[in-house]
Amino acid sequence: MTLLSIAWKSIRQRSLASSLTALSVALGVALMIAVLVINGVIARMFSQSGSGYNLIVGPKGSELQLVLSTIYRIAKPIENLPWRFYEELTERREVEEAVPIALGDFTEHGGFPIVGTLPRYFAIDYSPGHAFEVDGDFLSSDWDAVIGAEVARVNGWGVGSRFRMIHGGRDPEDAHVHDEKFTVRGVLAPTGTPNDRSVFIHLEGFFQIAGHEKPLEEAIAREAEFFAEPVEKVRERYQEDLAREAKEAAEAHDHHGHDHGHHDHGHDHHAHHAVPDAQKEVTSILVLCPPDKPLAGIMLQNKLKEGVQAQAVNPIQVMRTLMDNLVGNIRYALMVLTGLIIVVSGIGIFVSIYNSMSDRKREIAVMRALGARRQQVFSIILLESILLTVGGGLLGLLLGHGLVFIASPIVATRSGLLIDPLHFETVELLILPVLLAMATLIGIVPGMTAYRTDVAGALYD
Amino acid sequence: MVREVSTDVSLLLKDVQKSFREPDGSPLPVLNIAHFEVKSAEQVALVGQSGGGKTTLLNVISGITSADAGLVQIDGVDITRLHEVSRDRFRAERIGIVFQTFNLLPAFTAMENVLLGMTFSGQVDRKYASSLLEQVGLGQRLNHKPGQLSVGEQQRVSVARALANRPKLMLADEPTASVDLAHQETILTLLRNACSENGVALLLVTHSQEVSAQFDRVEELAAFNTPQVAA
Repeated sequence: MTLLSIAWKSIRQRSLASSLTALSVALGVALMIAVLVINGVIARMFSQSGSGYNLIVGPKGSELQLVLSTIYRIAKPIENLPWRFYEELTERREVEEAVPIALGDFTEHGGFPIVGTLPRYFAIDYSPGHAFEVDGDFLSSDWDAVIGAEVARVNGWGVGSRFRMIHGGRDPEDAHVHDEKFTVRGVLAPTGTPNDRSVFIHLEGFFQIAGHEKPLEEAIAREAEFFAEPVEKVRERYQEDLAREAKEAAEAHDHHGHDHGHHDHGHDHHAHHAVPDAQKEVTSILVLCPPDKPLAGIMLQNKLKEGVQAQAVNPIQVMRTLMDNLVGNIRYALMVLTGLIIVVSGIGIFVSIYNSMSDRKREIAVMRALGARRQQVFSIILLESILLTVGGGLLGLLLGHGLVFIASPIVATRSGLLIDPLHFETVELLILPVLLAMATLIGIVPGMTAYRTDVAGALYD
Repeated sequence: MVREVSTDVSLLLKDVQKSFREPDGSPLPVLNIAHFEVKSAEQVALVGQSGGGKTTLLNVISGITSADAGLVQIDGVDITRLHEVSRDRFRAERIGIVFQTFNLLPAFTAMENVLLGMTFSGQVDRKYASSLLEQVGLGQRLNHKPGQLSVGEQQRVSVARALANRPKLMLADEPTASVDLAHQETILTLLRNACSENGVALLLVTHSQEVSAQFDRVEELAAFNTPQVAA
């Protein structure tokens, strides 16, 4: 028998009070763990997953919205950029590689964001030193799709699966289902980034979906406005397309009255044509700057700032600002709150042990009469405090990760953030030493009460 | 340095004085013993009136309470000269105490109650603890908690616990006062036999004439304790 086992016996003797106080510590620690892990994952995701590219170019508007929609796919796109803008951007010397992105649709099943892009998207590392790996093939033809690991898992899709998409967001009121079907050609290996929850389709296929292209005249007007050019000048550029559209309109008029009863838009049955460049729009462009030109990114940002229609943002900078100013403060506030919960539970343990001291005077006196030194009875009380606090803390660690385990799929569904429940934050290592210090503080006063017990008085009370 | 002498005297009190303070601050003398001794393996019954200082005397002998003056020598060691830590250890190693109300710890089994005393002396010997419980007839009740034992059985556990560290002196404070008549004889016989078998001197405080009558040596506390306010 040791002092530790004596302390443990004493805790078990007051099992209800002991377990409740330990549970209060456990809940405090569990909340702290949940905050730490979720925050850590969010911080890491926001700082890493955009770092495969130097810049994101998009329409003028909120920088944060541009990053959240393009990289994290958890916000609506700002507006669209004309295809011509993308083509001109690729010609700039500040641009090594530019990958267009078209967003706004979701899978009919599971509501995963659709990313219309070019096969080059997969040639660029999703984070430094991490290249995409695929089971199957990357995009090659217009109606191909590549899906993220989480999409495959949740929807049970694999190579060969076919799906349709919803236009207009997840809100069912203003959404409609496109008739076109895409075929999964490859499943990405898990990346721990929003790519896991994304469905990539070929941009050409994206453009060909009925309703995605603007009417030619409207597109021309918009392009003229975007580049601040006379409409006539833009019309000249797309003269051929205008002529073709006029011809098609005349043909359609001739065939008016034909049976339109059955109309399957499935791509394998529907005759799609190449969409004119004027009608193509993208929501943003991922830009990789030449590695030998360190200032290229800043130069491009500055040049685009001069215009009124587009902006280039550094996703890491934007997210860091968000983390520092908003998420960081929320995290700090949550940490303080959970810290206070732990302190309050500590006070609970103190009250529980301290209150028990009056009932235990005789027990302590008996131990002293049997030869226990003052330091030994002090140690027994201290050990009780440590066992309750640290035991509660360990339970809290398990509960906390359990909480994250339960919450991670919900968070993933609602926000697109992937959280590994087994992820261990380094700062968690501090929890137990801090609890140990707190337990020692808690145990001192009741320990001193035990230390000062009047043995003769308590024995014959 | 406390000198330890070889002696056949287990307990020797010389000029021991102890007084407490009244609420008004005036001294309340309780003990004033010029000379008192118990030889090795001797068994002595100490009788006296309630409030006569019997319990204080036991506390002074066991070192739970410090004497104001005098010599309290146990097994050749004057415990009044020991530092409190050494005195606690000395008590754990050489003095066994049987309380009137047993004072077993309710959360601990019979075995654990016996082991408790060994823990504080740093010499845990489960085999010996088990043999002691067998010796007091509780070999089948090692893992019973006090609440699961009869009053008589509880007092037997306290006897085994007092013997756990192979003490030289056993102090028993009214050990039969809390048990019924039927068990008094059993407990007393058990305690006396256990002390005899283990060569332990026994100083037993009692107010019962039936109990004291069984001892060869019976001392009236008032006969050698003459407390008086110092002039």
